[in-house]
Amino acid sequence: CLGCLFLRDAESPNPMWGHGLTVPPQLNPKVSPFQRRFVGEVRRCEEMEKTFTFLQQELRGAGRVPGPCPESPRAPAAREALRVQEQSEQLAQELREVTRNRASLRGRLRDLRQYLHVLREGQRFTSLPAPLGSPPRPRALSEREPILDPSLHQHLERKINFVAGVIHPWRVTAFERLLWRACRGYLVASFVEMPEPMEDLATGESITWVIFLISYWGEQIGQKIRKISDCFHCQVYPYPESEASRTDTITGLHSQIQDLSVVLEETEQYLAQVLDKVALALPTWRVQVQKMKAIYLILNQCSFDVTEKCLIAEVWCPVRDLTQVQDALRQGSYQSGSSVECFVQRVPTSESPPTLIRTNKFTAGFQSIVDAYGVASYQEVNPAPYAIITFPFIFAIMFGDVGHGLLMFLFALWMVLYEDSPRLRQGTNEIWLTFFEGRYLILLMGAFSIYTGFIYNECFSKATAIFPSAWSVATMANHSSWSSAYLATHPMLTLDPNVTGVFRGPYPFGIDPIWSLATNHLNFLNSFKMKMSVVLGIVHMSFGVVLGVFNHLHFQQRHRLVLEFFPEIIFLLALFGYLVFLIFYKWIKFSAADSLVAPSILIHFIDMFLFTSNAENLPLYPGQVPVQMVLVVLALASVPVLLLGTPLYQWCRQRAPRTLVATGEQEPLLEGQEAGNSVNAAKEDVESGGHSPNAKHLDFAEIFMHQAIHTIEYCLGCVSNTASYLRLWALSLAHAQLSEVLWTMVMRNGFVGLSYVGGVVLVPVFAAFAVLTVAILLVMEGLSAFLHALRLHWVEFQNKFYVGAGYKLCPFAFAPDTWE
Amino acid sequence: AMTAHSFALPLVLFSAFWGLVGIAAPWFVPKGPNRGVIITMLVTTAVCCYLFWLVAILAQANPLFGPQLKNETIWYVRFLWE
Repeated sequence: CLGCLFLRDAESPNPMWGHGLTVPPQLNPKVSPFQRRFVGEVRRCEEMEKTFTFLQQELRGAGRVPGPCPESPRAPAAREALRVQEQSEQLAQELREVTRNRASLRGRLRDLRQYLHVLREGQRFTSLPAPLGSPPRPRALSEREPILDPSLHQHLERKINFVAGVIHPWRVTAFERLLWRACRGYLVASFVEMPEPMEDLATGESITWVIFLISYWGEQIGQKIRKISDCFHCQVYPYPESEASRTDTITGLHSQIQDLSVVLEETEQYLAQVLDKVALALPTWRVQVQKMKAIYLILNQCSFDVTEKCLIAEVWCPVRDLTQVQDALRQGSYQSGSSVECFVQRVPTSESPPTLIRTNKFTAGFQSIVDAYGVASYQEVNPAPYAIITFPFIFAIMFGDVGHGLLMFLFALWMVLYEDSPRLRQGTNEIWLTFFEGRYLILLMGAFSIYTGFIYNECFSKATAIFPSAWSVATMANHSSWSSAYLATHPMLTLDPNVTGVFRGPYPFGIDPIWSLATNHLNFLNSFKMKMSVVLGIVHMSFGVVLGVFNHLHFQQRHRLVLEFFPEIIFLLALFGYLVFLIFYKWIKFSAADSLVAPSILIHFIDMFLFTSNAENLPLYPGQVPVQMVLVVLALASVPVLLLGTPLYQWCRQRAPRTLVATGEQEPLLEGQEAGNSVNAAKEDVESGGHSPNAKHLDFAEIFMHQAIHTIEYCLGCVSNTASYLRLWALSLAHAQLSEVLWTMVMRNGFVGLSYVGGVVLVPVFAAFAVLTVAILLVMEGLSAFLHALRLHWVEFQNKFYVGAGYKLCPFAFAPDTWE
Repeated sequence: AMTAHSFALPLVLFSAFWGLVGIAAPWFVPKGPNRGVIITMLVTTAVCCYLFWLVAILAQANPLFGPQLKNETIWYVRFLWE
């Protein structure tokens, strides 16, 4: 029903949202989204979400994963939301500060460490006397002395100054060359690699820096050197000249580094604590804020009433759940402590309501394949409960094989028994999810395939003789004296059922196993399967037409019952029901004794339409020709009734308006035959709109056109759809042939070798057989049969009664979120 | 072996069985939200399976021709089976 929701404030309906029952249509399209009442709140939620994203990133960067939300929290009230916002912002602030501190501490530590290395390495050049060429990897050019010999020190009058620092290893050569060219040999430069790699602040990668020590004479040289070092982005450190001061500096650096490390450790610990706090609170907050935001978005679609005091919303709500919604509203008002109650009121409407069909985990799969074609129009009969059985059954006709059916059944059974395992439920592979969603469907398909497999007597293409075969070879052999010599000269012989004792009654369950040994088994099977397909197809279609009756009765259109259903069913049964009768009659009445003159049903059927007769085709029963004439005339007579009946009736009603029956509330149609019951059909109360009392001028051209199309479609469809059901024969033939091929050409070769080696060879042969069986017969044929069964349901069955023009009720629900 | 199969016995048995499933069992389905669905399923299953079995047995009741066998098969069946 359409309900009008009166809300006092934003919080009271909180319990109601949890029920997930309503979906509001757009009430106020004129107001732009930015002017709506709760825009501020929505914005606040979005800001909080931004903070949460930042926190999440920080968590991820530190290598933690925030766990899933433990229980589903209620949507928070406004005060709580404020608190959440404050806390989250505070945490974010703290996090930022601590990270910043840590970064700066780290930078300082790095600097100190680099200085230490510089000093240490520099020591080697300047303090210890060493022979030429022995210092660790000096990188000076060969023209210059590689080291500064302390013995040289005394010879020089000028004071030697040093420039020390670190440089990126790639720039070393260029640096050296430039230095030499610029300073023309007034310097000695030595380069050595740092013993341990350090982080480059700019790129973050670990590089082995090169320490350089330049000794030079003269102030100007010194300035030049410093400028050049600047250009090359070297980190220059002061290099104390005397040995002692160097040692002092080194010790000082050591202690500084130690202190800094301690502080850094404590900072890291504090950071870890903050991250822990965040990880704890974040999941719940996120869900809460999401719920809030969803609620505010919905509330934004409401409008204010004249007094600007309460919100009004129009919502669709199932009638059965109306009291539940009202209770929830009452509870919410009480909890939020407001004085005025919120309530919901039914409102009459002429809009077409959405369709709600309640399903459980078993029926959901079947309902979804019906909905995939079209959601049922409001309150029309739902084909899904019948499809629960007919769909797997029609699949099984095309798939009939005990072995394959058993494999399919076991696979589905595994999925069903373990359906609660999280590993199965949370698979991300789309194809797996499709199979998993349809597990009950596959279960039934497998079960029915086992049954039809027994009837076709095929188990991995082999027949089983559960009962002894009805055909006696010995009797035939004795009767026709088939000695071994005779057999040797005749490669193929036929058993004649005319001879007494050869055929001893029909096999009680399924197809006789002798046929799997026969070379002409397709002759028999084709006839059997084609007739079976036609019979089942006509039964299925008649059932579809009968289902239309429920629609006519429910929507109080009894005229359609007389003017549409009766012509349709007469047309179908007079022509094709009669065909079914002919099939059964011929099976019962004609046997091997008159096999030479057995009439052909097909030719009789064609002659029936053409009003001719064929002399060679004997009648099936006396009086056949007049009976057929009557049936054809009856069928042809029903066509104009179908074509003109309903439009004329509506035209007459239009022209002579009687006093309309009071259209009060119509009681929900919940009783029924075994067919229409509360779980399956879409049952919501009929609104008192419908065929409204106001005199609308019905567009008769359109009605006539619509009815003409329907008539043509129905009549031609009867013929073509009957033929379409022959795909049941075609696919079952294909399946049987494929599995026979797999057996003869793959598996049988494994049994040829009779030695022990043959036993070993059997294993890979079986592996190939198994893989091909699963891939070709189960998967490919399974999908193919599934598709054709679906087509038969959607087109041939449903176009007899189904309209499928509705739209689904999508209730407001807090969907469980998938975060990334 | 080539025992004679009656036609009446399986007909009666299977009609009774599927009649039990499709007509008698619906009365015993416990009341609950799924009662309608279960009854629909029972009846549909009974109708489909019974019809399918009936077609199979009727198609074989009066065969117009017999199986054509290879001579090896005839020899094997004749002398080793029967």
